[in-house]
Amino acid sequence: MRDVAIVSYAQAPMQRDAGGRTDVELLVPVMDQALAGAQLGRKDIDFVCSGSCDYLAGAAFSFVMAVDALGATPCAQESHVEMDAAWALYEAWLKFQCGEIDTALIYGFGKSAPGDLPDVLSLQLDPYYTQPLWPDSISLAAIQAQMSIAKGCFSEREMAQVVAESRRNAQRNPHAQLKGEYAVDGLLSEPTFVSPLRRHDCSPISDGCSVLILASKEKAAALCERPAWIKGLDHRMESHFLGTRDLTTSASSKQSAEALQLDRDKLDCAELYAPFSHQQLILQQALGLKENTDINRSGGALAGHVLMAAGLDRFGAAAQEIFAGRADRALAHATSGPCLQQNLFGVLEGAA
Amino acid sequence: MTSRPSPDIPEPKEMVERPVYLTYRYRANPQSNRFLHAIKQGLILGVRSKGSGKVLVPPPGVCPETGTLTPGEMIELSNNGTVLSYTIVHLPIPNSKLKPPFVVANILLDGADQAFSHLIAECELKDVQIGTRVRAKWKPEEEWDYGLENIEYFVLSGEPAVDIESHREARLQEAAKHA
Repeated sequence: MRDVAIVSYAQAPMQRDAGGRTDVELLVPVMDQALAGAQLGRKDIDFVCSGSCDYLAGAAFSFVMAVDALGATPCAQESHVEMDAAWALYEAWLKFQCGEIDTALIYGFGKSAPGDLPDVLSLQLDPYYTQPLWPDSISLAAIQAQMSIAKGCFSEREMAQVVAESRRNAQRNPHAQLKGEYAVDGLLSEPTFVSPLRRHDCSPISDGCSVLILASKEKAAALCERPAWIKGLDHRMESHFLGTRDLTTSASSKQSAEALQLDRDKLDCAELYAPFSHQQLILQQALGLKENTDINRSGGALAGHVLMAAGLDRFGAAAQEIFAGRADRALAHATSGPCLQQNLFGVLEGAA
Repeated sequence: MTSRPSPDIPEPKEMVERPVYLTYRYRANPQSNRFLHAIKQGLILGVRSKGSGKVLVPPPGVCPETGTLTPGEMIELSNNGTVLSYTIVHLPIPNSKLKPPFVVANILLDGADQAFSHLIAECELKDVQIGTRVRAKWKPEEEWDYGLENIEYFVLSGEPAVDIESHREARLQEAAKHA
């Protein structure tokens, strides 16, 4: 296996509505910042891979416009996934393993403001039996939460604690959308929204984008003082049909933890992509994380949730902890599909 | 043995309808917004890229050549331009008044560095060549809306043809001054 490291990461401020600015206009300054962080120019990048979704933009092939941000003239080596950009990172990592590239730029972007996100997300369900009923993403998550609480996996109070901690941690994140000190009792006194979920149990809807740069062993040291080495990546998906899954746990996450031989005692922090508070608890339990591991120092998706970038943001936020020497080993996670259907994990390490 | 549907298996279902409608609230970015308002008034606006110095029309928010944000400087372009390439179409366009054969051309407006596609009509097909000079024929003003279809089509302007290679060279030199 070839060693690959994250050497730079930049993120646009997460905001409810970025207005008339296009995805590509949002991307240019963030790309400039990520490249400057590694002292690279656009022409120094061997391969570019992005993640986005045409259903968010409401326009076919909207990702093609974003290529303009690369200054791809006369051409660039480019690819795209219609998934969160964490999977674009995965594709690029495979290209490193093939020995084809030494640098890669990964970007994810999404403007959810133009559409009605919970409805847009129901289009990812199976088109024959489930989607025609238009179950929205919040209702499906609420069904999962209800089952888990009934089974005794966790309580509404523990869900509120996740929210309070996310917003407290987000005070250190300049790009976070929701942040501040919130008392758990105060959160619990809020009315339910889609029971048992309260509004604060649901991640906010955000516009934004992120850019991350990967480099090979041969290049990384020159580009970053303390690169975040990718020591393992594991992606698994569960059935698309919700009725076949045990929604109160994450079977795929359990298997990934085993496959990655996750050393929980040495894990300083984890960035978990949980669009709903209870999903963070499901992930923590499935992975068997311990007290020594800080969860979502960035605030996580509950503090700002740019669809198609939020998974890449978990890799970026975990890498930043390593860049700054605040962590030696971190876990990054991305999810996709309803109720944590697909999960991608990466173990990141800084040099000892 | 020949395979036949068993009597207890119903007819194969070949079609179910699952219509999907989603509503989006689209807003134009600043450059497109100015372009759309201008074309409603019968003016064609381009934008000069700070990165490449080229004048791009319709104006994008980002210069695709350099990956830089285009500034606010908008440039009013001429109604006259040059054919960079063309094709003669013998197939009808659905819902169009145009009867084939007609000409679709890549047209470079004077003052611009990026061509766009439009129609050429009211001429002998053989008179359209690479380098032929054309002029926009606008629809009646009361039909103007927010789009390039305000130009009904282009007509031959009657000016002498242009050598597009030397024109391109001159434009590149001009762009370099502004990059």
